[in-house]
Amino acid sequence: MGQKRLMKGNEALAEAAIRAGVQGFFGYPITPQSELLEYMSKELPDRGGTFVQAESEIASINMVYGAAGAGARVMTSTSSPGFSLMQEGISYLACTEIPCVIVNVMRGGPGLGTIQPSQGDYFQAVKGGGHGDYQLIVLAPNSVQEMANFAFLGFDLADTYRVPVLILADGALGQMMESIEFPDYVVKEHLTDKSEWATTGRINGREQHILTSLHLQPEEMEMTNKILQRKYREIEAKEVRYETLFTDDADLLIVAYGLSSRVSHKALELARKEGLKVGLLRPQTLYPFPSTVLNNLAEKVKKILVVEMSAGQMVEDVQLAVEGKIPVEFYGRMGGMIPQPDDILDKLRKMNESTLNV
Amino acid sequence: MYNMVDVYISERILTPDKSMDKVWERPDLLIDVPNHYCPGCSHSVVHRLLMEVVEELDIMERTIGIAPVGCSVLAYDYLNVDMQEAAHGRATACASGIKRVFPDKIVFTYQGDGDLAAIGTSETIHTVNRGENIVMVFINNGIYGMTGGQMAPTTLEGAKTSTCPEGRNLDLMGHPIKIADMIALLDGAYYVTRQAVHNSKTVRKTKKALLKAFQYQIDGKGGTSFVEIVSNCPSGWKMTPLEANDWLAKNMFEYYPLGNIKIPQKEE
Repeated sequence: MGQKRLMKGNEALAEAAIRAGVQGFFGYPITPQSELLEYMSKELPDRGGTFVQAESEIASINMVYGAAGAGARVMTSTSSPGFSLMQEGISYLACTEIPCVIVNVMRGGPGLGTIQPSQGDYFQAVKGGGHGDYQLIVLAPNSVQEMANFAFLGFDLADTYRVPVLILADGALGQMMESIEFPDYVVKEHLTDKSEWATTGRINGREQHILTSLHLQPEEMEMTNKILQRKYREIEAKEVRYETLFTDDADLLIVAYGLSSRVSHKALELARKEGLKVGLLRPQTLYPFPSTVLNNLAEKVKKILVVEMSAGQMVEDVQLAVEGKIPVEFYGRMGGMIPQPDDILDKLRKMNESTLNV
Repeated sequence: MYNMVDVYISERILTPDKSMDKVWERPDLLIDVPNHYCPGCSHSVVHRLLMEVVEELDIMERTIGIAPVGCSVLAYDYLNVDMQEAAHGRATACASGIKRVFPDKIVFTYQGDGDLAAIGTSETIHTVNRGENIVMVFINNGIYGMTGGQMAPTTLEGAKTSTCPEGRNLDLMGHPIKIADMIALLDGAYYVTRQAVHNSKTVRKTKKALLKAFQYQIDGKGGTSFVEIVSNCPSGWKMTPLEANDWLAKNMFEYYPLGNIKIPQKEE
């Protein structure tokens, strides 16, 4: 571990990506992610990588497709409206099994929305987003430290499974400053042998490498899908990441990710001071989702409160996971508004009262 | 029904002369399978020329091609080099990504008019404007072939397609776009030329243009090389191959004149 530094989330992620050996960064300015792009433009060319400011997010994601397809470790970053523009390219990346890292520093929507933080892109991030059946591994940091950590993890997971990995942050995590330490990191060459598929030129007359998502015969296209689905089942079995707090004796369980989990943590502390037995489950991977953990917790706790900066998106996955065993309630703010600990506390109090009345 | 390669070959076969040298053989890099192109289509000729150029310049081991969406979406089934199939219109963004991270690779894109001059116009302009050191091959036949013959950005005035059945009306549908002339204005453009492959003379000229374009990239010259090839689409135009080539020569060249549009300054 190195020395502690005070950094913005966007910059910490960029620095971590450079330390992870990123060879190319392709991006387009959009608030609240632009510091990531700016940091890359300043640092990456001097540290052995390539920086290109593209003409659009559409171009950015397709530059990623090209360079990653040729075997390079590359990434792009954007915020919500730009993430919408990237969906076509992401679908191609998923189908051709090209590893890369994509960052979405979410802002409020729909439409042009606001530049304030939001979690309104959960569906788009976790349920595919583009056309066809595919998944991204979705990492949800909740601190500047995790913004950095997940950059390293993201590249490793992308290479291990040959999938695009999405780091789903929000405007607050991107903009806020916290002290962080960068872990020692060595690029793990053994994760994947890119020479088996990357378009690097037909050296020594080897077989042609083709990266395509076009399979006109339905039997072939179904087989491509089956290969992807098999991979997703493996990811679901091996890569679920989450954090739990005070779940051992909890009656009420908050489920929240990213910035919402930070606010929920504060609400939990306030609630505990009042004697409310509140616990917290924080998914660090939104896909794969910690469904089994939640299902098991549903045997122990009495009620679940899902807190999101959206109209209620992850709450659907929580409901699916608990299979109706216990009530699942929701508290959310939208459009760039951040939930306040007191408001969550009020909600917890009411849930606790009605639990006692049962 | 026959395509231009067949015309070329049959001319030689029908007039055998034992004293003649062998003038043509299939390049090794052109995969020896029946292609899906319609009889008389220009694509197969350009495919052959491309692979001849890659062979002659001995660059197979570092060449990466980008296939578009359109009739040539399956170009990798015929061009035996490493290839990526890009999303519709995004070929040059894809190529830019490769070339920037791996400047020693030789990267070419292969796109039709819909891909390059409609949905991908932004990528086309900005790739050239950045002066990406790649070769862009542009097949301009004034129609969307793969989807069944709809109007393209380059469809000529009055030409009938399935989406302008009464002929292209400039007031309603805009003007045929001269994209090569447009991009030649950009400082990032190094070599911009418009060629054709409707007869053996133009085929030879196109081959020379492609050789130049790839050589510029190999030499690391400053900018993008753009080779437009005014092409036919017998099926989409609802003509026989010979009628199509005839129509092309009579109508397309007037609006899309052949020749260099921009050449490197020292060669002027």
